[in-house]
Amino acid sequence: MTELRVEKIRKSHGSNAVLHGVDLTVPSGAIVALLGASGCGKTTLLRLIAGFEAANAGTITLGTRQLEAPGVHIPAEQRRIGYVPQEGTLFPHLSVADNVAFGLTRAERRDGRAAEAIRLTGLAGLEQRFPHQISGGQQQRTALARALAPGPGLILLDEPFNALELGLRRSVCADVVALLRASGATAILVTHDPDEAFASADLVAVMRRGLVVQYAAPAALYRHPVDAEVARLTGDAILLDGVATDGSAETPLGTVALQPGAPEGAVQVMLRPEQIVLTEAGQGVAARTLSSVFRGDHALVGVALGEIRLDVRLSAFDEVAETLRLRVNGPGMAFPIP
Amino acid sequence: MTAWLRRRQGLPPAWLILASLIPFALVALPILYVAVQGYEAGIAGILSNLIRPYTLNLLLNTLTIAVSVTILAGLIAVAAAWGTERCDLPGRRWWRLSVALPLAIPAYVSSFAWSSLGPWFQEIQGAILILTFYSVPLVYLPVVAALRSLDPNFEDVARSLGHGRWRTFHRVVLPQIAPALGGSALLVAAHMLAEFGALSFLRVETFTTAIFDQYTAEFNNQAAALLSGVLMLICLPVAFAEAKMRNRRRVARIARGSARAIVPIALGRLMPLVVLGFVALTILSFGVPAVTLCFWVVEGHSAGQGLDRVLPALMNSVGYALPGAALTTLAAIPLVIATTHFRGRFAMLCDRLPYVVHGLPGIVVALAAVAVAITFVPAAYQTTGLVLMVYVVLFLPLAQSSVRASAELVPRELSDVARSLGKSPFQAFLLTTLPNLLPGIGAALALTALQLMRELTATLLLAPAGVVTLATEFWNYTSDRAYGAAAPFAAMLVLISGVPVYIFTMRTLRLNDAR
Repeated sequence: MTELRVEKIRKSHGSNAVLHGVDLTVPSGAIVALLGASGCGKTTLLRLIAGFEAANAGTITLGTRQLEAPGVHIPAEQRRIGYVPQEGTLFPHLSVADNVAFGLTRAERRDGRAAEAIRLTGLAGLEQRFPHQISGGQQQRTALARALAPGPGLILLDEPFNALELGLRRSVCADVVALLRASGATAILVTHDPDEAFASADLVAVMRRGLVVQYAAPAALYRHPVDAEVARLTGDAILLDGVATDGSAETPLGTVALQPGAPEGAVQVMLRPEQIVLTEAGQGVAARTLSSVFRGDHALVGVALGEIRLDVRLSAFDEVAETLRLRVNGPGMAFPIP
Repeated sequence: MTAWLRRRQGLPPAWLILASLIPFALVALPILYVAVQGYEAGIAGILSNLIRPYTLNLLLNTLTIAVSVTILAGLIAVAAAWGTERCDLPGRRWWRLSVALPLAIPAYVSSFAWSSLGPWFQEIQGAILILTFYSVPLVYLPVVAALRSLDPNFEDVARSLGHGRWRTFHRVVLPQIAPALGGSALLVAAHMLAEFGALSFLRVETFTTAIFDQYTAEFNNQAAALLSGVLMLICLPVAFAEAKMRNRRRVARIARGSARAIVPIALGRLMPLVVLGFVALTILSFGVPAVTLCFWVVEGHSAGQGLDRVLPALMNSVGYALPGAALTTLAAIPLVIATTHFRGRFAMLCDRLPYVVHGLPGIVVALAAVAVAITFVPAAYQTTGLVLMVYVVLFLPLAQSSVRASAELVPRELSDVARSLGKSPFQAFLLTTLPNLLPGIGAALALTALQLMRELTATLLLAPAGVVTLATEFWNYTSDRAYGAAAPFAAMLVLISGVPVYIFTMRTLRLNDAR
């Protein structure tokens, strides 16, 4: 039972308030992604949970153990919370094996825990290498093995794949998630990349200006962002003005069905680009093609709907004519116009 | 010359090799001189000269001072660096400067100040005390720079793995600052082995003072050369170890590291104690010499001595320092270009040359120059030219490192582009590489000139009769124990030294401030 509860956490750096009362509950065994733009406070939240800095107010509880509360601050070295920083930060003067064994007591070193973590992370055979002698992906896995070896109650990963090149990023991320699942660890992953958050996490907490603004499973978050800003933060979004009545809205793309609980009257309708598809003559609305960029798995087509310009994603096998007939697949998300 | 680009991986062009050979020859001279003297003395001569209780005593004194000063200064410097870089000490900026301040006081001046307080501050115990406080900044600044460039995430990771502050320090921080600490500690050891002025002043018998006495008092060239040989045998391994330490695998950065500011450790109840420590360090390393010096300046003035002679001495110091700096920088430029723009054995030799120089005590170089001049070119003896030549040898590493800092920022592609636009290799060098080296050349000129102003040993031995500089005048007065008369010269030296010390300190401290 290692559920993490963060309640009403506040933190200022000097006069600059970074966190304004953050609440977050991470269920035991879950992987949670903290998603947000830079400067939203996600790294600060992670550092408070790790115990590197003390909070100004609020409580942090791991399982039954209170880590942070008014007058209570358990130092980082007593929290048993694993930490994988950006770029891994392997100790350059120690071999892979010594890096992994770094957090173990003398007795733990003898019981083969380090070897187990090395085997689990697929580093067998590299034990005597030094960090600069292994690849970026191997460095990242060593950093994870080092954090996992002492058997922490929680693992924190701070944008751990940032330093890796794009191609490697996906596969290392998938590796790491598989390892975390295999070890049954509870984990929090900080990232600014929605794809990474969706691919790795059970739950995604979106942070903005020192607050968690939405906390949901990836698919729900993608389909039902709470506002336009969250919509853009979680992927490409097309926003159209429209008038909503009774569960659907009139928009430049015709009548669009809305998600349940939509407001009435003047609204902004949010669609994901892949919801807009080609349709046969006589159906949908007409659009004029302005530009077309072939991207392999899709074609990005700029179209004009009267005064409005949109970028839509068509299949690579669609014929891009001068005029296109477009329709909307699935419901849109309506936000009231402020 | 056309080989400039094509053979870049191999040998540099002929003009560059020729230009680099001049400093090589100059550096080789003292080594050859000692070797030849040793050869002429023969095995029996060497043994009868050196196998004496006298030599053993010199060896003991020399090593005792070098080892104790290095260890004590290293301990104090690391503690001070930790205090200013990792703790919530109030006024950290000012403490950093105050720890670096003693650099402005030449070792022989601070010995003069301390020893005028009483006889306890002389001889070996005084030398260890005075030179330790003199050496602290030499270790402090590199360690501070290393601590600042160390990614704070290392310390966070170690703590998340259950290690407290102390264990984190000695298992994670210490190994990573080891190259900086070890390199600068060896540099201190090399300085101590080569120190002459301060030790002579404090009446400690070491190799350097013995060499000087053999030469000036007993006119025994051979004995001086043999002692020089022994000293070089001790110095060169130290210099070599320092070189190895600095070239040690630089893996401290396998990643870019985070830009996060460090959260300082709260000192809490220990605060007054730590502040007291810094106050004591400042008083001992800077306060006592500075106040004593001021006292003697006032005293000397009231005695009406010396002041009218400060100006001519200052003019002479400048007159030696400026051409000396220009020649030294000129000699350093081809070495730097050979190192940064070429690879291969010759480039490596050029890169290592300064480390050999670090292993050559000033007194040995100066003495060799005198002996060679008297034997082969008597006309050169007691000329300014000979003084300048020795300056070039001794201060080559300083000029080389300053120019190199600039050269490393000049991409080689720059001259490639100039070539593709129709310039000859030499034109390309003049038009692209050289202008970009100017900041480094300027720094080399300034630093070398200011260091030359306080040079004592070589100037003392080589300056033409009747020519006095600030350093030699100071020396002459203090030799007669005329403290008041000597003080104005010392004060002037401290004021002049303040400039390069300030530049050097700010450069080291600012290095990572932008992060």
